[in-house]
Amino acid sequence: MKSAQDFYNTAEKREIISVIVQNEDSVLSRISNLFSARGYNIDSLTVAPVPNSEYSRFTIVTVGSARTIDQIVKQLNKLIPVLKVIEHKNCIEKDTVLVKLPIGQNLSDIEVIVKAYNGSIQHITDDAIIISATNDPKRIMDFIKVIQAFHPIEIVRSGVVSIER
Amino acid sequence: MRITGAKMVIKALAIENTEVVFGYPGGAIMNVYDEIYKQKDFQHILTKHEQGAVHAADGYARATGKVGVCIVTSGPGFTNAVTGLATAYMDSIPMVCISGQVPNAIIGTDGFQEIDAVGISRPCTKHNFLVTTIEELPRVLKEAFYIASSGRPGPVHVDIPKDITAELGIFNYPTEINISTYKPTVKGNVRQIKKALEEIANSKRPLLYIGGGAILSNCSYEIREFAKATGIPAVETLMARGAMGSENPLLCGMLGMHGEYAANMAMHETDCIISLGARFDDRVTGRLDKFGKHAKIIHVDIDPANIGKIVHINCPIVGDLKNVMTDILALMNEFNFGDYSSWVDTIHENQIKEPLTYFEDSDALKPQWVVKRTGELLGDKAIISTDVGQHQMWAAQFYPFNYPRQWITSGGLGTMGYGLPAAMGVKRGCPDKISVNFTGDGSIMMNVQEVMTCTQYQTPVVNIILNNNYLGMVRQWQTFFYEDRLSETILEMQPNFKMLCESMGGIGYRVTTKEEFDKALEDAVASNKTAFIEVMVDRRENVLPMVPNGHALNEMYLLKEGDRR
Repeated sequence: MKSAQDFYNTAEKREIISVIVQNEDSVLSRISNLFSARGYNIDSLTVAPVPNSEYSRFTIVTVGSARTIDQIVKQLNKLIPVLKVIEHKNCIEKDTVLVKLPIGQNLSDIEVIVKAYNGSIQHITDDAIIISATNDPKRIMDFIKVIQAFHPIEIVRSGVVSIER
Repeated sequence: MRITGAKMVIKALAIENTEVVFGYPGGAIMNVYDEIYKQKDFQHILTKHEQGAVHAADGYARATGKVGVCIVTSGPGFTNAVTGLATAYMDSIPMVCISGQVPNAIIGTDGFQEIDAVGISRPCTKHNFLVTTIEELPRVLKEAFYIASSGRPGPVHVDIPKDITAELGIFNYPTEINISTYKPTVKGNVRQIKKALEEIANSKRPLLYIGGGAILSNCSYEIREFAKATGIPAVETLMARGAMGSENPLLCGMLGMHGEYAANMAMHETDCIISLGARFDDRVTGRLDKFGKHAKIIHVDIDPANIGKIVHINCPIVGDLKNVMTDILALMNEFNFGDYSSWVDTIHENQIKEPLTYFEDSDALKPQWVVKRTGELLGDKAIISTDVGQHQMWAAQFYPFNYPRQWITSGGLGTMGYGLPAAMGVKRGCPDKISVNFTGDGSIMMNVQEVMTCTQYQTPVVNIILNNNYLGMVRQWQTFFYEDRLSETILEMQPNFKMLCESMGGIGYRVTTKEEFDKALEDAVASNKTAFIEVMVDRRENVLPMVPNGHALNEMYLLKEGDRR
């Protein structure tokens, strides 16, 4: 028989959760408070209004045991302005990164690499070049690693957005 | 017709059948208080401290089942109320707290008595609102009452800036309510209910594990009926005292850290836990990996988040317990339940082997005797409130609770200073009952100022102070787990409780013998005044049995004769 302890000891896993909420002033703090008050992790959080509706959509990437994920979903559902919570099982995820590089490096090398990661050069000034890429989060992490060779001045990530297939 | 926001508040309270409001005025809430002055719909009780107001509204709500209402001002008025909100939140008590706020134009400028009230109340309320326009005020008030009392109940906080209470608007109070994002599941899934009944029918040693939800959803009598029809024994949590009735032969007592031996052993040995409105609190389960080792677990709860939070559940049912119990009673005849009498006998044998008792082994009065004696003298005529500590556990163990809502205690948050103001709310809600507050010499001092509110508003409360000159529960832990180093738990300096009470218009007694206690209690009840009965009790008495932290329910410290630890 399954004891309570077995339930505790499940391995940690990464989970993407979308939360559809009523657009109101305090909803972001309700959600972030919930995570900090109950000791849940937030790896990434993005939020934007759902077009043509009174709702907004949060995409939260978190890590936890099966019990924790179950609690996160249930506790989110309990918040009054939350319409629904989607635990993504089969989804497409996208993350965007903006990188500012100092000028004076081999532009064609940069362009090749950026292209390989499905990105492009966005802007060039006399002292810097800004590139961007949009891809799944794992690829973006790889891209950031590769781009280190060009001594980036600044790296900005958007956080993950996701849609169920 | 256009009316002010303040008037809207008054009208909304009247529509919600509010008969009493506990509160304290101040700058930012003055517009509302001006309207309170002009109205006749409800009584306003001015407490001596905002914490007292919130606890009083909480006690009123627990005793009557209605929504308690309290009104406080901005800044310190609100922050004083926070402990009360958190107390109500942890025990799921329906309450609406209205606070004043500085005018919208001042918000964010660190104005006088400004504090981010909704930011503070967010983690200790079911929901909260900051009203930003007069147009939304009627809807917000309606939603506040609806959210507080529906689903899993809880406190709701409404923060209203001062300019809103002055502004004119149209009072279109909704009659219907529809919050698209809030639809609590109240009806249990019939297939799951049948599965649960099947599970029970297949078990040999089922046990009803009754929690505070049984009281909140008013279904104690349905549970009694089910227990009687099937012969399944029951244990109660601290919050469920009174659900089964003390004389019920199927009740094996309270379980948990200070539960009865028989109840804890029953929980340890059962093969089917039927959890009815309980939430597997750490004070109940003891060491988790040893909890319910042999049992399948059925969990009925209105809050889906409670299911699977602590333990793995074999059969979850989400719904209002009253609805689910009604369905269970209707469907139970389709199932063949076993004969559980030998299982019940085992429990009764344990009750005889290790009864809940105490030894009269000192000259001083035993605190347990005081509780028991109060039960003999007042019984069902009294509603019992408590503060938090040893006296709370003794009251829970030894008072004969016979009906739901007879027992009012801060179980989840464990708030010292809760008892007196809550007992005042109880008396206001149930004037025909005797409101008794069991308290300790530590707890009573935390909201002692409310004695004056009790006397001023003729809501008499009999406070029985079990005085051991210690912060007893902490002292007990220090004795057991910290080699008796009594760090800051010896209360040497104490007031003259008799004079303290009498100085605020009450009546005081100091008793050291059984005869004196009987006489004092009779006299206090007959006087119909707020009373302090200071009982000098055996100082080193411990609350036993005790499941020490990190131990399983069957590993209890038990009472031993001559054991003076």
